[in-house]
Amino acid sequence: MTTAYWMASDSWTLTRRTLLHWRNQPAQLLLGLLFPVMILLMFGYLFGGAIAIPGGGDYHEYLLPGVFTLTMAFGIETTYTAVATDATRGVTDRFRTMPIAAGAVVTGRSIADMLNAAVGLLVLLACGLAMGWRWHNGFASALAAVGLLLLLRFALLWLGMWLALAAGRPETLMALQILVWPLAFLSSVFTPPSTMPGWLGAIADGNPLSATAGATRALFGNPGADQPVWLAVAWPLALLAVFVPLAVHRYRRLT
Amino acid sequence: MIMVEQLTRRFGAVAALDGFDLVVPPGTVHGLLGANGAGKTTAIRVLTTLLRPSSGHARVAGHDVARHPERVRARIGLVGQHAAVDEELDGRQNLEMFGRLHHLGTRPARARATELLERFDLPDKPVRQYSGGMRRRLDLAAGLIISPAVLFLDEPTTGLDPRARTEVWSAIRRLVANGTTVLLTTQYLDEADQLADHITVIAAGRTLATGTTDALKRRLGDDHLDVVIRDPLCLTDAAHLLAAFGPVRINKDQRQITLPVRDRVAALTGAARALQDNGIDAADIALRQPTLDEVFLHLTAGSEERTPA
Repeated sequence: MTTAYWMASDSWTLTRRTLLHWRNQPAQLLLGLLFPVMILLMFGYLFGGAIAIPGGGDYHEYLLPGVFTLTMAFGIETTYTAVATDATRGVTDRFRTMPIAAGAVVTGRSIADMLNAAVGLLVLLACGLAMGWRWHNGFASALAAVGLLLLLRFALLWLGMWLALAAGRPETLMALQILVWPLAFLSSVFTPPSTMPGWLGAIADGNPLSATAGATRALFGNPGADQPVWLAVAWPLALLAVFVPLAVHRYRRLT
Repeated sequence: MIMVEQLTRRFGAVAALDGFDLVVPPGTVHGLLGANGAGKTTAIRVLTTLLRPSSGHARVAGHDVARHPERVRARIGLVGQHAAVDEELDGRQNLEMFGRLHHLGTRPARARATELLERFDLPDKPVRQYSGGMRRRLDLAAGLIISPAVLFLDEPTTGLDPRARTEVWSAIRRLVANGTTVLLTTQYLDEADQLADHITVIAAGRTLATGTTDALKRRLGDDHLDVVIRDPLCLTDAAHLLAAFGPVRINKDQRQITLPVRDRVAALTGAARALQDNGIDAADIALRQPTLDEVFLHLTAGSEERTPA
């Protein structure tokens, strides 16, 4: 049979593997989905009342696109854990000694993680709507915003794969988990960079997460849209241009 | 089935393999014996297409591993040092997945999984609930999805308790009875002795000795007799008595005398009687195969003797 057939078939087998994980361990999947919801509730109702948006506007309206963006960024931990676990357990080596279609392992991983991201985003959208958040620029714009969010997740997926193949051990996940927080907070996810000290605000403005948060705010018609939309396309594409070749190279010469 | 000529693999300045040679005829079990860091795992990784050789040639199942890795992959199975299975799936889901990835097709993959679960006596439950021995057997089963032409086993029993070890050994023996060619690495002479018909000893990335298990065991040196003396004051006297059966080595701290013996039974009974006749109380007397250290000492000492000064 053709190469394309086996590429599709092998990718599906490996995607299905993650779906089976979810079925075998539904609690893990549920926890992963509920964590961003918890953050949303914390910032929405605990801190949110004390945060004012410069230029006015409802904080919930500002917050939701930020939490969507943050959730996409946290997804990198899912990718990292899965890839690093396979590498240390020898599962990756076993795959590499099998006649699997080239690229099917990473494709299967990507599809599974993107499915996970899409489900997570749906849950958050539902929560947001329940909290009174709305999109104001029509369905097409809202859909474009969702597209930008998934694009960011897709770019970070490759960064996650590369990190996991390069740094290799599931134990270093802890370091990643700790690092993700300051990197995520140092952006416009929760608060407008204009309220930060000048130099810090400048760094936060340059954060790729700010680009996606700002662009989705613009597309949803929410307050605090302080960045041009094209940046939220350019950043993920730049990340992909760097980390796709790096990850593929790492996978090929994994020792 | 496996032909390796002057294989070298360098990691930076370090040569993990340094002119390694190996020939494994079809249908045989070959033991690759060596200490930690001797190059066993590197050899397996090159032969299973996980690493490219720096120089030299290696053919597995009729294909060059560097030029046609994909053809080699279609014919081999690898069981590595860790149980390379998915902990979050159950045994059947693991085997079905590997079967599909070997391009068996959905239904044959399912049938094969059932067959292998039965053959390796594996329960249909999550792998995280498996014992160490079960995990290894699942790992072996996963290496056998396609009835490979060559099966590579990298230290298949490292880290297992004695019972699990015996279980894995008997699983390997059943495979061998089916005519699969097996290359297995081990640090234990007794494991190679139990499973392999040919042994290659590897040290510092090079082939040190090779031959049939029996011939090599003879070359590797004789069995050893360990005698532990109860009273440390009698140690010297006992050593004098035992010197009649072979060159003795004394370990004062453990009150132990060790000597290589050729005629096992005669040496054992003779030593026991000599000690008893002289009223020396032995805490323990045991025959054992030489350890890997003793084998290497013997082999390297042998090669020095042969080299003219």
